[in-house]
Amino acid sequence: MSRYAMLIDETRCTGCRACQVACKQWNDLPGEQTRNRGTYTNPPALSAKTWSMIEFNEIETGDKVGFYFLKRGCMHCEHPACASVCLVGALHKTPDGPVVYDDSKCIGCRYCMSACPFGIPTFDWDRGLLNNALIRKCEFCVDRVSNGLIPACAKSCPSRVIAFGEREQLIAQAEARIEKNPNKYIKHIYGKDEVGGTSMLYLSSVPFDQLGLPALGTTPVTALSEQVMEYTVPFALAWGATLAGVAAVVRFRNRGKRIVENEKSET
Amino acid sequence: MQFIRRHQLAIVLVALVAFGLIVALVRYWAGIGAISNLSDAYPWGLWISFDLLCGVALASGAFTTAFAVHIFQLDRFRPVLRPAILTGFLGYVMVIVALLVDLGRPERIWHMIIFWNPHSVMFEVGWCVMLYTAVLALEFSPLVFERLRWRAPLAIIHRLTIVLVILGTLLSTLHQSSLGSLFLAMPRQVHPLWFSAFLPLYFFLTAIAVGPAMVILESSISSRVLHRGLETDVIGGLARAIPFALGAYLAIKIVDLTLANKWAAAFRDGMSALFWIEIIFGVIAPMLLFARSSVRHNPSRLLIGASLVIAGIVLNRFNVSLIGWTRPNEGWYVPHLLEFAITFGIVSAGVVAYGLVAKFLPLFADEPAPAPSPAE
Repeated sequence: MSRYAMLIDETRCTGCRACQVACKQWNDLPGEQTRNRGTYTNPPALSAKTWSMIEFNEIETGDKVGFYFLKRGCMHCEHPACASVCLVGALHKTPDGPVVYDDSKCIGCRYCMSACPFGIPTFDWDRGLLNNALIRKCEFCVDRVSNGLIPACAKSCPSRVIAFGEREQLIAQAEARIEKNPNKYIKHIYGKDEVGGTSMLYLSSVPFDQLGLPALGTTPVTALSEQVMEYTVPFALAWGATLAGVAAVVRFRNRGKRIVENEKSET
Repeated sequence: MQFIRRHQLAIVLVALVAFGLIVALVRYWAGIGAISNLSDAYPWGLWISFDLLCGVALASGAFTTAFAVHIFQLDRFRPVLRPAILTGFLGYVMVIVALLVDLGRPERIWHMIIFWNPHSVMFEVGWCVMLYTAVLALEFSPLVFERLRWRAPLAIIHRLTIVLVILGTLLSTLHQSSLGSLFLAMPRQVHPLWFSAFLPLYFFLTAIAVGPAMVILESSISSRVLHRGLETDVIGGLARAIPFALGAYLAIKIVDLTLANKWAAAFRDGMSALFWIEIIFGVIAPMLLFARSSVRHNPSRLLIGASLVIAGIVLNRFNVSLIGWTRPNEGWYVPHLLEFAITFGIVSAGVVAYGLVAKFLPLFADEPAPAPSPAE
């Protein structure tokens, strides 16, 4: 288990988007031109220019309709699918927790984007060969965390939604909050066990799927493909030997036939 | 005027290639978004589904035919071996060209040689495709050497043939199945009717079935366009393998869906309909057709059966990777017209290359009787 995590208590979020702005400022990301789509969620989704954002969900509870927010961004999985599937190993999980990206290795195949169970990595669709098109996603402010600072989003949050700290302590803290306010919280820490655990831990007062977080099992999604890859070399050796064996046997049998045929044709 | 009339097909093909090149230039200048509907929600589209997945599968005639001729020593299939190798070789080159458009950083494609991640299925696919393309180039090289009358390299390749074919069969087994394994990491994205731990086996078995079908299609077309005879007996013999491969595929699929308790999904929505179209027209119908000797001896019925197999596998790859591939609430993806322009351009270039080889190299010459080598 990695060291650091963030506990995001969505019941405290006011939707001010200070985190979204702080993320842009720290990572030097440009703004996006958007238009009114009848929702406060803006921009419409994560992109190469927006690595973290607040989604505004209008949810009915009883006879009331309310805003329920989700801070969307990379979950920094304990067993990241993106890192498992990347053919050049451009993505990896650091012992501290961040899933980081080595942009000098990436060839832009976008398997990370397809495989991510949360659909997080994004791509520079508008950049050509001369403009350094790359995969983009939240890197847990690895440049801040490795220098003893807390991530920009956590630093900026005025309502103390985002707590940065040791993962085990944050889980204990989350459990304590649920225990203290059992009527307020859904009795589940999202990210504690999902896909083998993530470094982002969520608390909510409405079911997580209504917030837009997918219902996932506790095994990493790449468990099966990694298993298949482990069998590859033994399988290749066995199959190669079988093919060579078949070829040899066929040759041996046909050699006899050919000698007979040649003798027949000679006579 | 007469020139145009005589070369109608070639002119259309070259125009498609030229248009594809222009579109590719726009992509390199302004980014993938400028010519495609690919997005962060649908990072893989037409090029991966057709140019990569279908492209590799449809190029399987090379390894299945080479297996029959060189490993099983079934000499009667030798007349179709060279065209099958050529189709396979061009197929893989087309796949690589398509990747050079689809990859975000095509100029770094060589990175996979030096940066390794053995956990990644894509790593295996990349290496196998690279090595197998080299194997196909060597298997194809005798045509060039014969034409140039270079005796020494010809003799070397002739000696190496069995090694190349064993290596080619091994590499093909690995990456044909691995293209299925690519989707093992996407249990939620791939539709339940297609997601299975058996995806690699399914991709491999269907690739074996489509190999002979592609040889039938390619022989039928080239016999008409290039005005040469059709080896009906030969391709009819190859077709015998199809019911076995499809039968194994169907049996495992039925057991798999039953054990996973997924039959309800087969009677629900549009995807269920696509599933049945795939199974009935792409699997059961060709199995029944090719099991009949009257079909295997009739050129036009052979062509119908082969077309069904090919259409079935194309639909299968699209169902796995695109039509049935979803993330909830992420909208739709329909390929941009310019995405088709790239695909058509590449396919046209492949057809033109095939025509040039048929014209200038000894493609249909039956191979000379194997020289008695000391080893034999």
